[in-house]
Amino acid sequence: MMKKTIITVLGKDSVGIIAKVCTYLANNKINILDINQTITGGYFNMMMIVESDEIHKTFPDMAMELEQIGEEIGVRIQAQHAEIFEMMHRI
Amino acid sequence: MLNINEVIETNKMIHEMNLDVRTITMGISLLDCVGDDVEQVCDNIHRKIISKAENLVQVGNEIEREFGIPVVNKRISVTPIALVGGRCCRGPEDFVRIARELDRCAREVGVNFIGGYSALVNKGMTQADEYLLSSIPEALAVTERVCSSVNVGSTKTGINMDAVKRLGEIILETAERTKNQDGIGNAKFVVFTNAPDDNPFMAGAFHGVTEADCIINVGVSGPGVVKRAIEQVRGENFEVLCETIKKTAFKVTRVGQLVAKEASRRLNVPFGIIDLSLAPTPAIGDSVGEILEEIGLEYAGAPGTTAALALLNDQVKKGGVMASSYVGGLSGAFIPVSEDQRMIDAVEAGALTLEKLEAMTCVCSVGLDMIAIPGDTSASTISGIIADEMALGMVNQKTTAVRIIPVIGKKVGDTVEFGGLLGYAPIMPVNPFSCEAFISRGGRIPAPIHSFKN
Repeated sequence: MMKKTIITVLGKDSVGIIAKVCTYLANNKINILDINQTITGGYFNMMMIVESDEIHKTFPDMAMELEQIGEEIGVRIQAQHAEIFEMMHRI
Repeated sequence: MLNINEVIETNKMIHEMNLDVRTITMGISLLDCVGDDVEQVCDNIHRKIISKAENLVQVGNEIEREFGIPVVNKRISVTPIALVGGRCCRGPEDFVRIARELDRCAREVGVNFIGGYSALVNKGMTQADEYLLSSIPEALAVTERVCSSVNVGSTKTGINMDAVKRLGEIILETAERTKNQDGIGNAKFVVFTNAPDDNPFMAGAFHGVTEADCIINVGVSGPGVVKRAIEQVRGENFEVLCETIKKTAFKVTRVGQLVAKEASRRLNVPFGIIDLSLAPTPAIGDSVGEILEEIGLEYAGAPGTTAALALLNDQVKKGGVMASSYVGGLSGAFIPVSEDQRMIDAVEAGALTLEKLEAMTCVCSVGLDMIAIPGDTSASTISGIIADEMALGMVNQKTTAVRIIPVIGKKVGDTVEFGGLLGYAPIMPVNPFSCEAFISRGGRIPAPIHSFKN
């Protein structure tokens, strides 16, 4: 059981970023609830809201593997529990 | 559902504006460690601290990783040691033995500071308080992570001027004992009036006697976030400015509240308070001085500085109290000189003096903080500076503090390097006129008339 998580991807736009991340999520049985992206100043900004009942990995392991994928394709990928954003932006 | 702009905003605050949780501080009561024999008491203290705090650093790091917010410091505060050692300590050297034990505990659990080598002497001193005060120079010289504080006054009791006199001498002695490290001992020592029982920030943190056995207090920060927010309202009127600071303080504090709750749950220790302070570091973009400049001052210290700081402090509180049910500690803007690059610049430019800093402390949360002065300053002058600051706190019913660092062998124009979070500081000039006869009077300054509320 994984808490609702936000995955953000930030970096130079290139082909296949979403595909790479989605493949990883599918392989780990992580469900995407929402996906959103913008490009500002040539920079690719993506946010995914995900959760999973079936993932076997710990949160830090998953976060680290996503970071590694990011390094391979030259973008920064970060996974954070959604609560930090909900606390800050919702009363 | 969260939208992408909110997520980007939060992460920008963290990655570009130095938003962080400055400290998770675990307060631990040592009252149940009291005993007849100092070695026995040290064993009790060791056992208690390790059992409560062994997972503190690990939990702090887990929270940092999972929420993506830096948790910069993990720290411990304990019951004022004068109370814990009162029965077993037969002299200052026994208190130093306890200080070494606290240092050892801090190393073992991996916290960078442990606060509470303290005495509460607002009205008078017990024999144990006197021993502890006398042991401070040695204790700060032989330990690395122990922080010490003494509360010498309150609105209810007045000011214990005997203690103020003694502390002038103790501060000089501490400077002498740590002169090879630019007097760093005094960077770990604070004199208070109206000291809060639940302050998570060092060097003044201690676990008050009215507190539960063990609690988690959290100090948030984020001067950089406030600075960037008010850049967007340059030239607008005060209403717009204040509204912007308030909203930003709310967001920053909410993160602290989340971290505090999460740390409390994971450690199975009750949550105490959030301290809403804007705590600067020497890093660029993490400065209260910069905020004051952005509000419209050429340098911190220019005319208008006290008013600007007053509104900043007030808006931080107004935004912050809405974000957390339990607010405490110091809660306000810190104005340490050595830990804030733009404050240092203001001193070097001649814009900011000791006297202006004193005025600023009337409206902010702490006091004269991390100020380096010439090593040949007399003990009575240091006591005089302390007395002035304590009087401000006593009359205004607020916490005030003095963390002043005489540096042996240095004079105005020199700088001292403390390293790390403590930064570096220019030696500031001190008013050369004497207050010797005033400080020598002895006794107590009575509580002010408006303290009689019963």
